[in-house]
Amino acid sequence: MALNAKSQNLPDGRARYQLGTLLTGPFAAVGRKVMSWVGNLGAASIFLLLALLTIFRPKQLPKIVEQIYYIGASSTMIILLVGLFTGMVLSLQSYHALVKFGAQGSLGTLVVLSLVRELGPVLTGIMITARAGSAITAEIGIQRISEQIDALSTMRIDPLRYLVSPRITASIISFPLLTALFDLIGILGGYLTGVVILGVNSGIYFHRIQASVELKDVTDGFIKAIVFGVIVSTICCYQGYFAHMRTDSHGAKAVGLSTTSAVVLSCVLILVADYVVTSLLI
Amino acid sequence: MDTPLIEFQDVTKRFGPRTVLERVNLQIYEGQVTTIIGLSGAGKSVLLKHIIGMIHPDEGTIFFRGEPLTSIKNSQTAAKFAQMSYMFQNNALFDSMTVYDNIALPLRETTNLSEAEIKSRVMARIEQTELGDAVHRYPSELSGGMQKRAALARALVTDPRIVLFDEPTTGQDPVRKNAILSMIAEYQRKFGFTAVLVSHEIPNVYFISNRILALYDRTIVFQGTPEELEDFDHPFKDEVIHSLEGLQEELTGLYSRRQFKVLYHNQLKRQALGEAYCVAVFTLERLDDVIGVLGHDAAQEAIRSMGAFIDKHLGPIGGFSTRRRINEFVTVLPYSDVAECDGILKNLVGDFREQGVRSIWVGASKRTVSEQCVEFTVLGGLAQGQPFAEMDDVIELAKKQQKEIGRFMCTEKG
Repeated sequence: MALNAKSQNLPDGRARYQLGTLLTGPFAAVGRKVMSWVGNLGAASIFLLLALLTIFRPKQLPKIVEQIYYIGASSTMIILLVGLFTGMVLSLQSYHALVKFGAQGSLGTLVVLSLVRELGPVLTGIMITARAGSAITAEIGIQRISEQIDALSTMRIDPLRYLVSPRITASIISFPLLTALFDLIGILGGYLTGVVILGVNSGIYFHRIQASVELKDVTDGFIKAIVFGVIVSTICCYQGYFAHMRTDSHGAKAVGLSTTSAVVLSCVLILVADYVVTSLLI
Repeated sequence: MDTPLIEFQDVTKRFGPRTVLERVNLQIYEGQVTTIIGLSGAGKSVLLKHIIGMIHPDEGTIFFRGEPLTSIKNSQTAAKFAQMSYMFQNNALFDSMTVYDNIALPLRETTNLSEAEIKSRVMARIEQTELGDAVHRYPSELSGGMQKRAALARALVTDPRIVLFDEPTTGQDPVRKNAILSMIAEYQRKFGFTAVLVSHEIPNVYFISNRILALYDRTIVFQGTPEELEDFDHPFKDEVIHSLEGLQEELTGLYSRRQFKVLYHNQLKRQALGEAYCVAVFTLERLDDVIGVLGHDAAQEAIRSMGAFIDKHLGPIGGFSTRRRINEFVTVLPYSDVAECDGILKNLVGDFREQGVRSIWVGASKRTVSEQCVEFTVLGGLAQGQPFAEMDDVIELAKKQQKEIGRFMCTEKG
């Protein structure tokens, strides 16, 4: 290794400095990254708090309803489709595992608990991130780089109240509703595969569902959905809102990268939050 | 002088290590059109954003009617900023909203007016800005000029007392640039707001500005009227004004005022040697009627056509012309005494009646969708140039001699 001061004809002090930089460099880089993450986390938390404070201001209701339509109602088809096939494949895989133990009667239990506790909220969150979250980031990002958000400020319209607050509120309302829809259609998908195709008794399937699901399972699923709604909407709005402050790119490219970051971060944080919330609720 | 509406005292702004504004001192007075001129990247927009509170100074104080903004309570500051509107360089219209919704937005979000009242106010502004055909269209479906008008209508819908325009003519053709400036001047007169423009459209902004502020080397180096700027001796003039002004005026293709002055002084030297010359002044009268009926674009096209006609006829015989006011042209005819000039003018009048007036109308008609007809007149006046006489005095003398040399009349057939 060419760090020997004498071999490089460098003064001892400078060589020591280079060696120090080489050894501490990776730690410093990690430290900077962590500091940046913590800074962004703090900024996003304040961003969320300021947006939540404006939820109950006048003239918010029509905007919230509009966003519920856009984030919630417009996502119905994709949620139905994904929910149906998730239930079907879950039922298919579970049936072949259960049949080895002669426990195919427990198919309903397995399908419903998997859906209500885990798959429903997580997959709904990821699907809404892909469909509506990316669009939220792109829309707000474009408004930012084309000075539309500055225009709101000059008109004395609070951009957080006008753009962010309705989206977060709409997500908090839409995520649990879509999760419920996902759960229901998933159970139906499980029925189609398990009962109609594989021949499990219909009565046993529904009896097991009724017997095994408790109210806590449903409310825990909804709590998760609300947490995911807050995370996804905050991250997507935050990434779009500050698209102009990216240091790695500018303009349309910054909006594109912000959208990618928003989707990736949302999906990762959904899974992280899922573990944290589950461990808190169990 | 009155207390300034807005005053900067030693305002300094830095972005990181870069100082954009340094010890800026300026005054903006109520009811006037004030234009901030300077090269691109000089910090004009940053200065404008300080006025509306989007950027705060690192050092120095901004006064609003004599009160420092920092000492005013938050609620009062909000009330003061509510009197202001800002028109962005790229319009910043909401592209997912129609023109109507864009204009209605500030009223819907910041007032408690009923939808009927909002509609009446918005439609009034739409009518005033000639956007009647674009009410339900989206910004991307509009021409650049219409987008500017929509942005202007949105800026004016709250009846602001101060309107800030950030390079309102960027990216427009010469006719449209002048049309936008003319539109700003018209609305400023009509609604009485204080207008602050950022522009480098020299000399076009001189025609509409009461005061000019020159931003150079991070600070304001000149404050005064456009006329006072003519006598301002500073590197700013060579480096900025002369480079922006050029030798020819963009709209008419005639000499710029600076070039005209150079030629005029050469003529004075010749006259001292015994060569005669005269000065003719032409005015396009009833321009406001043309604007009212055909719109701003058509009015500017009429001015352009008139300038072209004068140059076409008087240029080949050695005459050199410039535009002195928005609708006024001055031509110097060298080597001619009054009798010769009178003959030249008579020829010109004949041509004006046969072709000139018609060509102005044809030019204007090209730039409008209106099928209405509007009458206008052209005045002309002549004066003999005197040795050592001030240019403005000879021009004024020629102006006093003005009489009608052409009139466009609407017949029943249109």
